[in-house]
Amino acid sequence: MKYAYYPGCSLRGTGRAYEESLLAVFRSLEIEIQELDDWNCCGATTYLSVDELTSYALAARNLALAERVGMDIIAPCAACYLVLNKTQRYIRDYPDIKTVVSRALAKIELEYHDRVRVRHPLDVFLNEIGLKAISAKVVKPLKGLKVAPYYGCQIVRPYATFDDQRNPISMDRLLEACGATVISYPLKTRCCGGSQKGTLPEIGLDLIRYLIAEAQRNGADVIATVCPLCQFNLECFQKEAGSVRHPLSIPVLYFTQLMALALGAPAATVGLRRSLVPVEPVLAAKEIAYA
Amino acid sequence: MQLKRTVKFEADRDPEFARWISHTVGGERIRHCLQCGLCSASCPLSLYMDYTPRRLMHLSREGFKEEVLSSSSIWLCTACYACMVECPKKINITHLMYALKERAIEERFYPKRFPIPVMAQQFCRMVRDSGRITESWLIVRVFLRSAIWRLLGMSGLGWKLFAAGRMNVKKDKIQRTGEITALLDSVADSRKELAL
Repeated sequence: MKYAYYPGCSLRGTGRAYEESLLAVFRSLEIEIQELDDWNCCGATTYLSVDELTSYALAARNLALAERVGMDIIAPCAACYLVLNKTQRYIRDYPDIKTVVSRALAKIELEYHDRVRVRHPLDVFLNEIGLKAISAKVVKPLKGLKVAPYYGCQIVRPYATFDDQRNPISMDRLLEACGATVISYPLKTRCCGGSQKGTLPEIGLDLIRYLIAEAQRNGADVIATVCPLCQFNLECFQKEAGSVRHPLSIPVLYFTQLMALALGAPAATVGLRRSLVPVEPVLAAKEIAYA
Repeated sequence: MQLKRTVKFEADRDPEFARWISHTVGGERIRHCLQCGLCSASCPLSLYMDYTPRRLMHLSREGFKEEVLSSSSIWLCTACYACMVECPKKINITHLMYALKERAIEERFYPKRFPIPVMAQQFCRMVRDSGRITESWLIVRVFLRSAIWRLLGMSGLGWKLFAAGRMNVKKDKIQRTGEITALLDSVADSRKELAL
């Protein structure tokens, strides 16, 4: 089965390593994709707070484009994933929204009939490929690497599409299949603050501090994330969130970077060099080999 | 000494606001709120808010428009949906927060140069012009219009990200930008026509 790949804006900017490593995992697991033709911004949380109605129309254009090629969407960014899911549900539940969206789509010669499924890579890896097939393909196991699995908000909330809302475990399982040790991380779905670090910096820093301090206290070597904004917040502001007495320093990687390494993708192709807190010293200390 | 009545009278309420909130998309169930407080307990930001989500739900359904729209809570909400998952009455709290934010921006209930509405406006403008967001440009535009001094503080991080290839100089753009404009205009027309 072939998927319409919807990268979203962040994967072309600050989250470039997510795209690079995700594509490497797709290649290793032989998942066929085709980039969604001329996709546009989903509107994210920002557009929703200014003009909800318009944001559904924006998201629906992407859904309609995928429907036209008859493929399910694969959306790696947490915000895109949620907005597309939410739009589908609101079009179903509110006739007014459906009318507005269909009219707008008709203007650009598109139609939407609710025939497309929106899926997250975690969901596809776990439920379409399966843990057995993945562990069979692991060539460089991440033996002894202690990972704190951080899901953030919008993957499992408010819609539990493929995992538990309070204690998701899909990423835990995938990383374990890659040989890593997943540590207990009770804050796995607590909010990182989103764009708060930019708009209300003191509060944003507080939220970031709790998340990193908890991972370090529980003995994590790295934090694995599924969202470009979570990754950005936790990595870029950890130094600022720490203090002289309680310094914070821990590599923050996308779960796909860890998976790609375990599946034998060369380090140069999974975006390790884009990290501001390098992971190579940790891998060397744990004597974990990678290509 | 300036003395003010500290207790609100029923007559101070704005019934139109109460009606509006219970008829907004997602607000249908606000009347079912039990005031149990699970929303406030699960909210990671409630400890910074002047009115916690529980109080905000009550104030808005009773029509205390001024208090609600000038509250810090609506800006602090990051839309993490923790409250919605816990709500025993399945009230769409996050969605209501979005509606309140939208209304507060419309009626200009925020301090001058407050970065959140600035960011929202710049974000929408960029989507209209290019169909996609280029994060580097968005950040620069927002800080130029809200807090220029912070732009200088962030230049160090900016360089590091640039060196790592994570900051785009070139703006990303979709091919058929005309489709986005047509889409947005059509929604604006329908909104007027259907009075939404």
